[in-house]
Order: sequence, then C-alpha cells, then structure tokens
Amino acid sequence: MDPLVLIVIGIIVVLVVVAVVIYNGLVQKRLRIDEALAQIEVQLKRRHDLIPNLVNAVKGYMGFEQKVLTDVTNARAAAVAAGAQGPAQQAVAENALTGTLRSLFAVVENYPELKANQNVLELQEQLTTTENQISFSRQHYNATVLDYNTTIATVPSVLIAGPLGFAKREFFDAEPEAANVPNVDLSLS
Amino acid sequence: MAALVVALLGALGFTIGFGLSGDPATGVAITAGAALLGTLVGVGTYFAGDSLVLTVSGAREVDEAAAPQLLNVVRELAIAANVPMPQVYVIDDTAPNAFATGRDPKHASLAITTGLLEKLDREELQGVIAHELSHVRNLDIRFSLIVGVMVGTIAILADFFLRFTFWGGAGRGRDRDSGGSGGVQTVIFIIAIALAIVAPLISRFIQLAVNRQREYLADASAIELSRNPYGLERALAKIAGDAEVLEVANRGTQHMYFTNPIKKFEQRSSGLMSTHPPIIDRINRLRQLTGDPPLGQAEAAQLAGLE
Repeated sequence: MDPLVLIVIGIIVVLVVVAVVIYNGLVQKRLRIDEALAQIEVQLKRRHDLIPNLVNAVKGYMGFEQKVLTDVTNARAAAVAAGAQGPAQQAVAENALTGTLRSLFAVVENYPELKANQNVLELQEQLTTTENQISFSRQHYNATVLDYNTTIATVPSVLIAGPLGFAKREFFDAEPEAANVPNVDLSLS
Repeated sequence: MAALVVALLGALGFTIGFGLSGDPATGVAITAGAALLGTLVGVGTYFAGDSLVLTVSGAREVDEAAAPQLLNVVRELAIAANVPMPQVYVIDDTAPNAFATGRDPKHASLAITTGLLEKLDREELQGVIAHELSHVRNLDIRFSLIVGVMVGTIAILADFFLRFTFWGGAGRGRDRDSGGSGGVQTVIFIIAIALAIVAPLISRFIQLAVNRQREYLADASAIELSRNPYGLERALAKIAGDAEVLEVANRGTQHMYFTNPIKKFEQRSSGLMSTHPPIIDRINRLRQLTGDPPLGQAEAAQLAGLE
C-alpha cells in the first residue's frame, strides 16, 4: 500500500485511541462526583436522624425555649423534603438547618445542668462530628466537581466533551447568610 | 534527591565489580545482586513492618467506646481525604506524639499517645491527625522504606567490599589481569574504595534531607485536608513546649513520629543529621500561608499558651 495512506490510517488510529482515553477519563470523573454526592446524602441523613434525640434530651430542661426547639424541628423537616430537589436546593435547606442548630447550642451554653449532662455532651459530640463530616463530604464533592469542570473546559478534553454530552456540574455552595452569627433570643417571652 | 541514592548504589556496585574483575558485566551483576538482597529484606518489611513497629511502640487498638472523639476526628479526615478509615491505636505515654504506618491508604494504621489526646483540643488534634493521614496518602511510608532499603544496601555493599579489599584476596586478582585493561581497572578500583567510604555517609544525609522535606509536605497536605492552619500551628507550638520524653521511642523509630521524640535531637534539629525540621520552621511555613508574621522561640511558647 501507498505509505501516505498508511500514515493517514496510523494518525486516525492514534486520534481514536486518544479520544477513547479522554472519554474514559471524563466518565470516571463524573462517576466520582456521583459517589461524592451520595456520601453527602449519607451524612445529611445521619444528621436528620440525630436531631430528634437531641431535641428530646434538651426539651425537659429548656421548657420555655420553645421557639429555638420548634425552629430546629421545622428546619429539619424542610431539609428532609429538600433532599429530592437537587444539590442546590438541598444546600440551601441544610444551611438553614445548620443555622438553627447553632442557635440551639448557643442557648445550651447558658444552662449549666444541661452542659454537664452526659447525654447532651455525647449528642453534642455526635452532632459536631456529623457537621464536620458533612462539611468534609461537601469539600470532597466540590473538589471532584472542580476537577471534572476543569477537565471538560480545557484542551484536549474540551474538544470531545461537548459533542459527547458532558455538561458542567454545580458546586455545593454555602449561602451568604451562613456567614452570619446566629441571632439568639434569650428573652422569656 | 532520592534518585541520587539510586545513582550512588549503581555507581558503588559497578565500580566494585569492575574494579575487582576488570569486567563491566560483573559490575552490573554485583549491583543487581545487592539490590535483590535488599529487595528481599524490603519486601518482608513492606508486608510485616506495620505490626512490628506498632508492637515495638506498645500500641493498643481502640474502638468507638474507648476513644469516641479520636475516632470521630479520624473518620472526618478520612472522608475529606477520600481514603478508607485507618486502624487507630493508642500508646499509653504522657508525651504528646503520634505516628502513621502503612504501605498505602488501604492498609494504614495511626498511633496516638494518651498525652496528645489529653493535652490537645479538638482543632489541634485534627491538625495532627491530618498530618499523619497525609503521610499515608503521600505514600511516605513506602517511600521511606524504599530509600531505607537502598541506603542499607549501600552500607552493606560498601562494608563487604572494604573488608574484602583489606583482608581478602582482591590484590591477587588484580595482579593476574592482562596489561591493557589493568590501568583503567586500577583507577576504577580506587574510585570504588573512595565511594565505599563516602557513599554510606552521603546516602544517609540524603535520606535525612528527604525525610525533612516530606515532613514539610505532610504539613502542607494536612492543611489541604482540614483547610485550617491554626489547629496544626497551635498543636506544633504546644508539642514544642512540652518537655516530656516519649519512652517507647528510640533511634530506630524516631523518624516516624510527628515531632522528634528524642528531645536533645529536637533541639539540635537544624543540622544535616536530623530526621525532622525544627518546629519553629514548620510553624513559620504555616504562618506564611496565613499571612501572619513569623515566630521566634519565646513567641512559640506564648502561642502554646504555656507562658
């Protein structure tokens, strides 16, 4: 055969192999994002399950702090419902829940008997570690999304990502309000 | 830098072989033989080293009931690092320290002293655990093992050769060579002797320098995991200010710990011969990240809340 034809065939083969390698890499990155998202779901569910125990443990001592307790319970219900609506909505609801929990712990600081209660201490440690696990899961999720988004936006993957249906994924963002200090109302009304 | 150790091993093996026999193939054969011996030792350490080191250090495994907060902190960081949960051990000693062992993240173990658990708060503990977990993630243990095997092989090879030269039959071998290659062979032989004296020392210095750089890398990777430089900074300052001696540590295991457990080595640690960088330097590198001004010795004690 004519050497020129052979060279052209060789180049085509190389290009196909490169395209396959890039495609596989993109699929792997996308799957890693899905796995990281599932991880976050696991941690969030754990928090949802822990909260009723916490509310029951403090209820006896904090009878007249009804607003804080009902805020926590309602925010929890909203977060469970938002689970079906995708990461962005979920992030909003979960951040709201974190805010109400912070308010609750701020109020607990003012009850010495509560602070010393072994049950409450263990629950606090459980909730602290769950909060940390959620935030680290989100950190890892964001890292996988960043890796994937960067790859599909840069050469050479950008050339085949669009036509093959690889779209950008969204980050799990903290709301601007999450940076505010929670407003704790200690009045007896 | 570790490549220099490989080069030294190759040079030593080759010059010994060539210098003794005038035949480059022998040089290659000796290097290969020494490397093989070293690898056999290395493989044994690779698979059984963890349990050996943990037993020597008197570590006992802990579960959820015994150390809930410690396991929670380790779990959180394992999630951030996306590695499986390592096995966690506790060493009963009032000196605050920790080490990690394990050839890869799937077979990792962390050991922490009770002194560290008592003296550090949650944020500082997180910094230390992140540092140790980073050693595992960066495959530092495996790397140190390989470098260690090569350094050991150089030492053994040099030792055998020098003994053989000065006590054994090498002189007779040289006299029987044909005239042509005799001159080159003698020169190479002399180079071999020089290398045999110098290579073990140089490779040891390189190993220590590499260990120090890996410590800085583990500090940086720890911050990448926890996104919180202040915890690690305070932990380093607290441990620097603590005068207690870790009883189970010795020269053989000192390089593995979070900070050098042999206190007088720690004080002299800015030299070539130390396994860890000085704690003040480690704190100052972290401070570069946060934009805070660098510390002196007295300020470090203040940071730890000890003065």
